[in-house]
Amino acid sequence: MENEAGALSRVAGLFSARGYNIESLSVAPTEDPTLSRMTLVTIGSDEIVEQVTKQLNKLIEVVKIIDLNDGNHIERELMLVKVRAVGADREEIKRLTEIFRGCIIDVTDKSYTIELTGTSSKLDAFLEAVERSAVLETVRTGASGIGRGEWILKV
Amino acid sequence: MSVELTGAEITIRCLQEEGVQCIFGYPGGAVLFIYDELFKQDKVRHILVRHEQAAVHAADGYARSSDKVGVALVTSGPGVTNAVTGIATAYMDSIPMVVISGQVPTSAIGLDAFQEVDTVGITRPCVKHNFLVKDVTELALTIKKAFYIASTGRPGPVLVDIPKDVTQQKTKFVYPEKVSMRSYNPVVKGHVRQIKKAAELILSAKRPMIYAGGGVILSNASTQLTELAKILNFPCTNTLMGLGGFPATNEQSLGMLGMHGTYEANMAMQYCDVLVAIGARFDDRVIGNPKHFFNENRKIIHIDIDPSSISKRVKVDIPIVGDVLDVLSELIKLLKAEKKKPDQGALNEWWKQIDLWRERDCLRYERDSQIIKPQMVIEKLFQVTKGDAFITSDVGQHQMWAAQFYKFDKPRRWINSGGLGTMGFGMPAAMGVQLANPKGKVACITGEASIQMCIQELSTCKQYKLPLKIINLNNRYMGMVRQWQEFFHGNRYAESYMDALPDFVKLAESYGHVGMKIEQPKDVEAALKEAFKMKDRLVFMDFITDQTENVFPMVPGGKGLSEMILV
Repeated sequence: MENEAGALSRVAGLFSARGYNIESLSVAPTEDPTLSRMTLVTIGSDEIVEQVTKQLNKLIEVVKIIDLNDGNHIERELMLVKVRAVGADREEIKRLTEIFRGCIIDVTDKSYTIELTGTSSKLDAFLEAVERSAVLETVRTGASGIGRGEWILKV
Repeated sequence: MSVELTGAEITIRCLQEEGVQCIFGYPGGAVLFIYDELFKQDKVRHILVRHEQAAVHAADGYARSSDKVGVALVTSGPGVTNAVTGIATAYMDSIPMVVISGQVPTSAIGLDAFQEVDTVGITRPCVKHNFLVKDVTELALTIKKAFYIASTGRPGPVLVDIPKDVTQQKTKFVYPEKVSMRSYNPVVKGHVRQIKKAAELILSAKRPMIYAGGGVILSNASTQLTELAKILNFPCTNTLMGLGGFPATNEQSLGMLGMHGTYEANMAMQYCDVLVAIGARFDDRVIGNPKHFFNENRKIIHIDIDPSSISKRVKVDIPIVGDVLDVLSELIKLLKAEKKKPDQGALNEWWKQIDLWRERDCLRYERDSQIIKPQMVIEKLFQVTKGDAFITSDVGQHQMWAAQFYKFDKPRRWINSGGLGTMGFGMPAAMGVQLANPKGKVACITGEASIQMCIQELSTCKQYKLPLKIINLNNRYMGMVRQWQEFFHGNRYAESYMDALPDFVKLAESYGHVGMKIEQPKDVEAALKEAFKMKDRLVFMDFITDQTENVFPMVPGGKGLSEMILV
């Protein structure tokens, strides 16, 4: 979409006005600074997704829209999670982080802050693996997606 | 070479470049520089309304009756919030319109300044697009884009919000000749293969039906629609927004369909085997309950310029995205080249069935009543004006009777708020219609409840000598509310009685107009004739009508098209 003030609120407003559901939304400018790229995750029947697509296309600032589920795609989400890490837990959490290919990016004597990237379900799995009471704070970006192979979104 | 102009001058120059002859507005602090420039020129005429809602409705009526872009100019804050109802009305009916609003200076935006409101935010859900112009160098291009977006594709209102300081800043003025936007390229031409498929399906039809909506009017395709129906000998129904798209006095017309549509139109819609939907959107007031609609099997062709209107409420078999005018022209070409014709025997059977439905005479009413029947007033109005008037309406029973009983043969003659259903629309819209058609006969069919929502515009009509004929069907009730309360709320008429009504004759006279009160059925025709003889006066005709009259047929909410309540 055009990288213009108000474009994001048009998208968000459309979803609330028409009763569609936004699971997650991630947006930032692209290599062309006049364009932003948004990855939006929504859940609905084929008919609803078709309507969502058509309605989004009607927004003047939306340049192009693709349904990543129409082809193979890759998606990643970034999560920063702060966990309580004291005593024996410190080692256990560090090991878990390695298993999930995350990094500990900040440490205090009572806590770790862990950076983790993956599909949304992998991030969920990590949170399941860590004892719930140990999780102090999480922040997630929402999924960003891109087509596999040479399939690209060309404007 | 070009000299530098202020933002205010640029705004007016842009309107001149767009060929705008008439705008509707109300001044205020944030737009004073623009008004100052208006004052200094005489190409763009400004009509001063008495309330911003009326400015937008008037611009809307101007657009609907003329196929030009309507333009309104309002100030910031309350100027804009008052305009919102009008903007939403135009949005729901896809009317091309540009609204220019003043805004507090850029340095004050976000500081809760006097008369500040987040205009772009408030209007976002009810405009096709909107802009906040923060830099005077972008002003001309933005206004160009606004007119382009408003008038192309599926039309709609576009708002341009201009902060006061931007109207003072100077820059070189060049009005762009063209505008191209990578993110906005509306489709015009229909897909050839889809049109071909549609032609094949049409030729296989045994019980065909054409269902034509406001898109036919907006795309100026009524000639093509009429030709299509004629070469095929198919029955045609119009939606409330599509009246006049197909001539109502043509014998192939089944009249309006939907909640208050005719028995024959609704039955034919329900039981046809091939439905050709043209510039219509299967909304809840048209097909009733979609599940019930699909109790019957039929194939549907849907022509619409807006892809999101297709398969929104009703799944269709052959979608054709494109301008109705273009698609119909192509379709007619194909059908004419084709030697095959639809099965004439089947078609004759279908027409026989339709004639049986017609025999139900679903619009009958008591013609020898001693109290004025509202339907009779409209039938007389049709006769007196020879079907040639521009008719605006407000919202309610009178609107439905107008749609049922005034037989519109031409497009852009029936001006009403179909989508949003805005009471108070009728008179201001009629002002716009009269200004766009100075020689036209313009009547506003209204009720004593609706008319009071914008009654102050009688003053505007006086100032600009607009000789409207106000047909007030006065039943002392919000009639449609009363009807629903009678049918669905056990006759409990909660707050629908219009008490303490003014003396409309005196009211009209106090504004300098002619007032008439008509209480006897025998006086209706003569009064209408007399009123239309006063070519340069606004005549407010207060018809005292039957309080208990209801609009029939009626498809109750949630019911199917064939489940009508009949008279």
